[in-house]
Amino acid sequence: MELLEKTDKIHEELLKNFEEKINRGDAIEPKDKMPDAYRKHLMRQMSQHAHSEVIGMQPEGNWITRAPSLRAKQILLAKIQDEGGHGLYLYSAAETLGISRDEMISQLHSGKAKYSNIFNYPALTWADIGAIGWLVDGAAIVNQVSLQRTSYGPYSRAMVRICKEESFHQRQGYEIMAKMMKGTKDQQEMAQDAMNRWWWPSLMMFGPHDSESPHTGDAVKWKIKRHSNDELRQKFIDKTVQQAEVIGLTIPDKDLKWNEAAGRYDHGAIDWNEFYRVIGGNGPCNKQRMAHHIKVHEEGVWVREAAEAYRVKKEKQLLHS
Amino acid sequence: MTKDSQLATWEVFIQSKPGANYIHAGSVHASDNKMALQNARDTYTRRGEGTSIWVAPTESITASNPDDSEMFFDPANDKVYRLPTFYVMPEGAKAI
Ligand SMILES: [Fe+2]
Ligand SMILES: [Fe+2]
Repeated sequence: MELLEKTDKIHEELLKNFEEKINRGDAIEPKDKMPDAYRKHLMRQMSQHAHSEVIGMQPEGNWITRAPSLRAKQILLAKIQDEGGHGLYLYSAAETLGISRDEMISQLHSGKAKYSNIFNYPALTWADIGAIGWLVDGAAIVNQVSLQRTSYGPYSRAMVRICKEESFHQRQGYEIMAKMMKGTKDQQEMAQDAMNRWWWPSLMMFGPHDSESPHTGDAVKWKIKRHSNDELRQKFIDKTVQQAEVIGLTIPDKDLKWNEAAGRYDHGAIDWNEFYRVIGGNGPCNKQRMAHHIKVHEEGVWVREAAEAYRVKKEKQLLHS
Repeated sequence: MTKDSQLATWEVFIQSKPGANYIHAGSVHASDNKMALQNARDTYTRRGEGTSIWVAPTESITASNPDDSEMFFDPANDKVYRLPTFYVMPEGAKAI
């Protein structure tokens, strides 16, 4: 009994020190003491973030061989390579919490770890590549800019690096949309169709409304999350509406209107049934995305084995020379 | 599924321009030092962020413990005579 009281005291003391640090605005570093719940929250969020970057390469990768010009192909390749890099920054940052890359990947494959819902939608036309860059990366940027100030040092540093690279992603997408809106009637319709299909899923990327969001309490208190889902979503809407207007695209929301008093746009109701249906595994591409990742992962096993065998051989040679 | 390995981790340090300090950028996975260098280049210097890279096996790095930091860095605290402002210079002396 006495021992139990003692460990309780120690725990209380550690938590107090930790929260004082957070309140001072200090970053938490890998070797710092941190509550289990903080570590677990970060592991879940950061691995999900890393998986999203990597799975997000699939819908765009689908268009590399069909890009309409060499310029477009080079840009798309560079953009997708960046996304792979973002995945690696984030895996690397998550590993500092004591979870291995193997573990994260097997959690993805078993379905325990999620990735962003948006990548369960298909990229049907070239205009979708424009819409993804402009809207999906645009939404991701709003979230990631906010996360630059997250309390975990390695996560925050990865976000700073990622944000530097993201602005080209959004610009190349917007440029595609702008070009198509200056093109033939068919091209304009194609751009509007892509807009219609990607707008609502992009708004859903910010997650449920603040009133429904189950994980926010500790995440806000411990400064993992610096802005709420609704705040970030609002920021995204407010800056995107004008961009759509400039190139002549219509936002597919008849309830969208400027709210003078509040200084922001009011938007129509988001179809959360659709959101939960897709998260639940019943989106258009869930199975395809996961099957592809597992296939590529398993087909790469021999490469990693060969690399290891080569290292062992070289070390032996070194020993005998 | 077969038992898989994601290869060892290496810490990456990048020098942004000649003469600058090497700064930690993150880590990569690789089977040997050569692959680690190539992966570090592809991962952390796609936009000319570096002129030179160091990689070191993660396990070979020893870090100080944040719990001991007070004690560990304490010897610096009471030695103000290590700072130039500690010294009283004669009135009128120039360029010192
Ligand atoms: Fe990204
Ligand atoms: Fe991106």
